[in-house]
Amino acid sequence: MQGTEAALMEKRSQAPSKPAGKRRGSTAEEMAGRQRDISVSEFFAKNRHLLGFDNPRKALLTTVKEAVDNSLDACEEAGILPEITVIIEDLQPDRPATAKSSRYRVTVVDNGPGIVRKQVENIFGRLLYGSKFHRLKMSRGQQGIGISAAGMYGLITTGKPMVIHTKPGAKQPAHHIELAMNTKTNRAEVTLDKETGDFPPQRLRGLTAGTKALAAEKGGLLDAESYRSGTCVSIELEGRYQRGRGSVDEFLELTAIANPHGRFVFVPPSRVSADDGDAPILAKAEAGAAVAATETTESQGVTVFPRGVQELPPETREIQPHPKGIELGTLLQMLKDYEATDKGTLFNFLQERFCRVSSATAGTLCEKVGATSRRKVSDVEPPMAEKLFDAFQDAKLAPPPTDCLAPIGVRQLLAGMLKGVKAEFYAASSREAEVYRGRPFQIEAAIAFGGDLPADEPSRVIRFANRVPLLFQQSACSSFKAVIETSWRNYNLQQPRGGLPVGPLVIMIHMASVWVPFTSESKEAIADYDEIRKEMRLALMECGRKLGTYLNKRQRMQRESERRDVFERYIGEISKALHEITGTDAKRVYEALVKQAKSRTAVADQVLDEDGKVVKDEPVDQDGVVIVDRGPMAGAAPAAAPVAEAPKRKRSASPAPKGRGKGAGEGPGLF
Amino acid sequence: MAKSGKAGGRKERDQRTERKIVEMAEGVARSALGGREPQVAIPTRARSNTIWNKRKGILEMGKASQDRQLFNLNQAKSFMQTMLHGSSVKDLIAADKTLSLRGMFYKGLHTVAGTKEKTFADQDESDGILEDLEVSLGALREELHIFAKKAGTMVGNITLVDSGDEIDCRRMGSGGYAIPSIVEPDVIQFKRCEAKFVLHVEKNTVWSRFNEDRFWEKHNCILTEGGGQPPRGVRRLLRRLHEELNLPIYCLLDCDPWGHYIYSVIKQGSISLAFESERLAIPEAKFLGIRAKDYKACGLSDDVQIALNDTDIKRAKEIAAYPWFEDHKGWQREIEGLLGNGFKMEVESLITKDISYVTETYVPQRLKAKDWLD
Repeated sequence: MQGTEAALMEKRSQAPSKPAGKRRGSTAEEMAGRQRDISVSEFFAKNRHLLGFDNPRKALLTTVKEAVDNSLDACEEAGILPEITVIIEDLQPDRPATAKSSRYRVTVVDNGPGIVRKQVENIFGRLLYGSKFHRLKMSRGQQGIGISAAGMYGLITTGKPMVIHTKPGAKQPAHHIELAMNTKTNRAEVTLDKETGDFPPQRLRGLTAGTKALAAEKGGLLDAESYRSGTCVSIELEGRYQRGRGSVDEFLELTAIANPHGRFVFVPPSRVSADDGDAPILAKAEAGAAVAATETTESQGVTVFPRGVQELPPETREIQPHPKGIELGTLLQMLKDYEATDKGTLFNFLQERFCRVSSATAGTLCEKVGATSRRKVSDVEPPMAEKLFDAFQDAKLAPPPTDCLAPIGVRQLLAGMLKGVKAEFYAASSREAEVYRGRPFQIEAAIAFGGDLPADEPSRVIRFANRVPLLFQQSACSSFKAVIETSWRNYNLQQPRGGLPVGPLVIMIHMASVWVPFTSESKEAIADYDEIRKEMRLALMECGRKLGTYLNKRQRMQRESERRDVFERYIGEISKALHEITGTDAKRVYEALVKQAKSRTAVADQVLDEDGKVVKDEPVDQDGVVIVDRGPMAGAAPAAAPVAEAPKRKRSASPAPKGRGKGAGEGPGLF
Repeated sequence: MAKSGKAGGRKERDQRTERKIVEMAEGVARSALGGREPQVAIPTRARSNTIWNKRKGILEMGKASQDRQLFNLNQAKSFMQTMLHGSSVKDLIAADKTLSLRGMFYKGLHTVAGTKEKTFADQDESDGILEDLEVSLGALREELHIFAKKAGTMVGNITLVDSGDEIDCRRMGSGGYAIPSIVEPDVIQFKRCEAKFVLHVEKNTVWSRFNEDRFWEKHNCILTEGGGQPPRGVRRLLRRLHEELNLPIYCLLDCDPWGHYIYSVIKQGSISLAFESERLAIPEAKFLGIRAKDYKACGLSDDVQIALNDTDIKRAKEIAAYPWFEDHKGWQREIEGLLGNGFKMEVESLITKDISYVTETYVPQRLKAKDWLD
């Protein structure tokens, strides 16, 4: 099924089946002597690119990414608003900047639930060990490869073990553990294990001038009092720190967008390996400038991505597989498992191990394969299983339940975009859940337009799967294809044939699913299922329509304001001429005419709304649109008074959809 | 004595004009102060608003008018220009001076305060506004103290007085007397006239041919020329010669739709100046040539043919459909002849016969045979 295991099984089975060529002089016995098990860890140590460790730059990113993903998952599962600090220390500051790679220490600290002592080795030291692979539940990680692979990569490149500090509860002591993975045995070896009171490690607060400054603020940086529990992972590795596309910086920016409920602090290394001139596109507020509490700031090298919303994403439920979503092999395996543990009937098996199978449906299915409802699972022969599989395909079944999904939500999407992208117009849409291959998924899209975004470049697509940014292989991704297939010209944007729309536009697509179909283990692109792509297109069209209406309206406003300019330009001349002819007071006539001109072009002063309707003074709640006034438009009159609590913001978004959000919106300043 | 009487009439006329301008401006100011949209009614100068007065045989302006509004993006600028020119005209009247159309363009020209935009982009814009003013105020151009550049020439057996100077049109050398833009009786008076008719030719080159051959002397007539479509001064003068001195007007124009149109303008008036037809049109004017039949009649060579292009054909059909030509068998035949020939002929084409063929043979023969269209 999923690539990892399949690949492994293939590797294992290949070795013995190699034909023995007699002429070469090796006998089957000799060869048998060389044939042995391949450990999973060993396999990945040799195929690191499969996991996203292709080159030093990507290795650094993947390490950060895996640690952050784990932290976020853990926090959410424990119901804690995530507070995540990412620190990259340059351990070889003397190495020339042109060197291919340098040694770094990546430290990621979270305020999550911590890890109980006996599980530390398993979680950090074993590949393919985890809680997420076997269940159908929406989470960032899926396979249980990530963090242990990162630790293994560090060990291979530097020989240094992974350092873990973890505190599982307020009253419990923190543990300081050092782990080195044995690739041969797929087991971790503990090289140091002691209890400590130092959590989060206070050393990190004094690393640079920037961290010291931030630590001085209350709750600013790794403040011991605010960490009742948590985990801190440090990995030393050969990497390369570089800004721009596919960098740690971009990853964190995007993560902050998709996780507006999290607060992220990033302390980059003192030195960038080499500047490739590819500046990040997402805007950061200038240091020292007055910014809203929710805008990203950078000061003395330390970037803070503040929390945008105060409630956690809704908790997700684990679901049973849907009959239409499994393959024959899986069905056989499931039967075997059931036989081993529950020893029940086929009827019970169907009802218990699948979703959307009612007793009536189970009965019909049994009938179809020629079994009574009391037939034991142990008596189900492979031909019957095959029949059952076919019956699944023909059965009329409700689609799988969708409350297992936690979409980001329109309001949160907008908050995230507002935080990360400096634009003028924001729109978001969240589709209803749909199903591909028996697995529920849900697509969300958001766009940001105008403002500081570059006007003449192809728009930027930012992609997420279960809130994790996807940074590579854009053109292989289903979402990218959906963007290209959408006809942006309908929404007043330029779009070359078969290309991205051109304009000051950032397009965000998020897929939430219990199982995101990635094209490879490194989880860089979403596979191209028709159902998925169609939903993406619909979500984009929804956003596009909102943008189109806005642009139309804006155009009209601009026209009106130009109109007013024209009138006002001539009014002076006219009142002068009238004065010369009749002796009427030129100033009085001038003022009277200007007043008329203003009222006749009042549209220019109107505040926009999504449907091209005039927004009255009372802001009406609006689905999924935020418009930010970033200074007057070209030629436009100063806009109406901004909303008081958040300077610069004019229109706010709708409340969270379907009331699934935990707390009502009490975000500071934002909503 | 007579002069002072005329000056008195002029003063009265000026007062009337000034009053009209002030009324218009006051109306605008009232609207402005009263919070209403300022507007000026401008009678429409378009084909749709011209009426063919069959009884009088002239084109007249209809009653349709358009409101020129300040708060209309397409009209705001012309509204301002109308006010500017209104103010300029008032200045002119106060100073008792006249300006040319070009002069008016410069008088109104400046940069709009606070912009880089000029009040008038070119003279055409200014000329159009002045015509608007004429119709909306119901005042003629000369009443606004504005004249056009001279674009017509005259010689012949006539003496006239122009602004007090006596002009003997028999002694004008090779250049001729330049017909001014304003030829109203207070400027030009006819003094002594022996001429029996007026021959009006299309352009200066042909006119020179006639003048050099002293045609006017031999045939006792007046010879005029209007540089293509004759300007108002020339048409007004022809009309006065026709009306006051009872001289028949004969036109010698090219055999093409443009020539026919010029004849139509002289005879019935033009669309854009329909409001002036009453004093410009000469319904009795005659079209002497060149006729479509002349190619054969005069035995002209192939070389003089200028092929009709699509625009010409379209134009010829339009002219054939003019109400005053529609029922006129002679003109229908003439235009059919032109289209049948498939080519145009200029007056100069007669030169291929002989340098003086047109003056010595063509025109005298036609006049004698009374072979013309009217």
